[in-house]
Amino acid sequence: MSKTAALNPSCQLVVIGAGPAGLAAATTAAKLGVDTVLLDEQPAPGGQIYRAITETPVTKRSILGMDYWHGAELVTAFRSSGARHVPGTTVWSVTREGEIGFSVGGAARLIEAERIILATGAQERPFPIPGWTLPGVMTAGAAQILLKASGMVAEGRVVLAGTGPLLWLLAAQYLRAGGRIVTVLDTTPPANRRAALPYLPNFLGSDYLGAGIALLREVKARVPVIGDVRSLRLLGENRVREVVYQSGTAPERRIGADLVLLHQGVVPNLNLANAIGCRQEWHEDQLCFVPVIDAWGTSSIERVAIAGDGAGIAGARIAAERGRLAALEAAHRLGRIDAYRRDAEAVAPRRAITRFDKGRRFIDLMYRPRAEHRVPQGDTLACRCEEITAQQIVEAVKLGSTGPNQMKSLLRCGMGPCQGRLCGLTITELIASARGVSPADVGYFRLRPPIKPITLAELASLPKSEAAVQAVVRG
Amino acid sequence: MFRRLPEPAVAPVSITIDGMPVEAREGDSVAAALLAAGHARCRSSSVSDAPRGPYCMMGVCFDCLVEIDGAANRQACMVRVAPGMRVATQDGRRELRA
Repeated sequence: MSKTAALNPSCQLVVIGAGPAGLAAATTAAKLGVDTVLLDEQPAPGGQIYRAITETPVTKRSILGMDYWHGAELVTAFRSSGARHVPGTTVWSVTREGEIGFSVGGAARLIEAERIILATGAQERPFPIPGWTLPGVMTAGAAQILLKASGMVAEGRVVLAGTGPLLWLLAAQYLRAGGRIVTVLDTTPPANRRAALPYLPNFLGSDYLGAGIALLREVKARVPVIGDVRSLRLLGENRVREVVYQSGTAPERRIGADLVLLHQGVVPNLNLANAIGCRQEWHEDQLCFVPVIDAWGTSSIERVAIAGDGAGIAGARIAAERGRLAALEAAHRLGRIDAYRRDAEAVAPRRAITRFDKGRRFIDLMYRPRAEHRVPQGDTLACRCEEITAQQIVEAVKLGSTGPNQMKSLLRCGMGPCQGRLCGLTITELIASARGVSPADVGYFRLRPPIKPITLAELASLPKSEAAVQAVVRG
Repeated sequence: MFRRLPEPAVAPVSITIDGMPVEAREGDSVAAALLAAGHARCRSSSVSDAPRGPYCMMGVCFDCLVEIDGAANRQACMVRVAPGMRVATQDGRRELRA
């Protein structure tokens, strides 16, 4: 509270999100003399990839690995940059005019910014399969947060299912921490290999290749891995008890489970950008929407830049570099540096981006999740909050509801507390599949502020101007 | 369901879950404290009363809603434990109070 009390009602730059992109952006801008405020929802910096980097109880460095500990450098640089950090802050509105509404410690505040950098990062792709709402079913990312922030490792019959680098990273981290995993059910479609193969030569030059192979070996040496897993279902009454699946064309199999950790990639967290009205487009390789940005991260709304995985999935190292580029452009537009210096300082970040981007296309195509795990059927819940099934969506399409926004008013999907955060992609892909068109033609929910639920008491705590009070006072 | 790594010792924080005393750790989110205490389920859904528990742990899914110190519908994964905190699992639809 004391931190926000000291906050001015306006500043030159507000950065939203304290992951790699936000930390690097705020650091770069503040060091160039830009009056910078970093708002972050978490109590400590790091975002999700470097979650709890300053306070994790997991002190044995080999458990989380060097890619995690790299985040400490970003925090150290940020702390000496002069940027102001306001943790524990929920941003619920950003206007095109640069007014930002946020809540901290139960009170709402407004701040005006000349420029805004959104560094809202990524979230895990929904995994809408039968039973995915049962207690004891979580995401691999959730398990990783529990490990980083609380030093907690799953025990009992732990089953990992899905596809993508994070699944293997979590498995390796669990094993290093002394955890046990019953099995990894690899849902990667074998046909992906063929699609990704042409991009293998580019991946051969990647820093990630050696580390990735080592990770797979580390896990496969100690945990049975079942490949080509399809028709995944989770069973249980009050909590998950069983996983049912098919491997290739083999008959259905069942295994007991106390905890199931699902993962099939990450997608940009676009809620804030979407609510501001930043243009976005469908990315067919990554199967998600990404914002339309220029070479500096500037969105279709001139005041707003987007950096990091929120601008398209590229990983933590590139996120930080894109944060630096967005900050250089902000410093330039704010008159702190000329175009010559901006371009000169951008050389190193651009070089790093080229380096770390090697193999991205290979990874995108290799770990593209299968359609049946993205587009649910029958009774499977698409919208967890309002408990709307896939069948309900398909029937509404037949009745002529052709887009996600019509679907909202018809079925309430995306109108629960999560405001479509978790079901948005599923609803779009379901409608696209039912109509036989591309998700690009279907579009996404049109989101509006407040983009996170706030109480009326929080809103009422907003400081009022004299004019605002006069406008409603009688007599 | 979850166990804590033995090293290093993190300061305990005493809270209650549904009236029962529970020892959480400094830095835990309420959702982490619930899971460490064996509560996979933390509420039942507002539409069909189906059991739900923490899913994403990062503020996206809103499935870990619980009552904290008398305020319903708080995201357990986004609130840190504090000494004496009263956490209650919640059933069905709840009013959002200030």
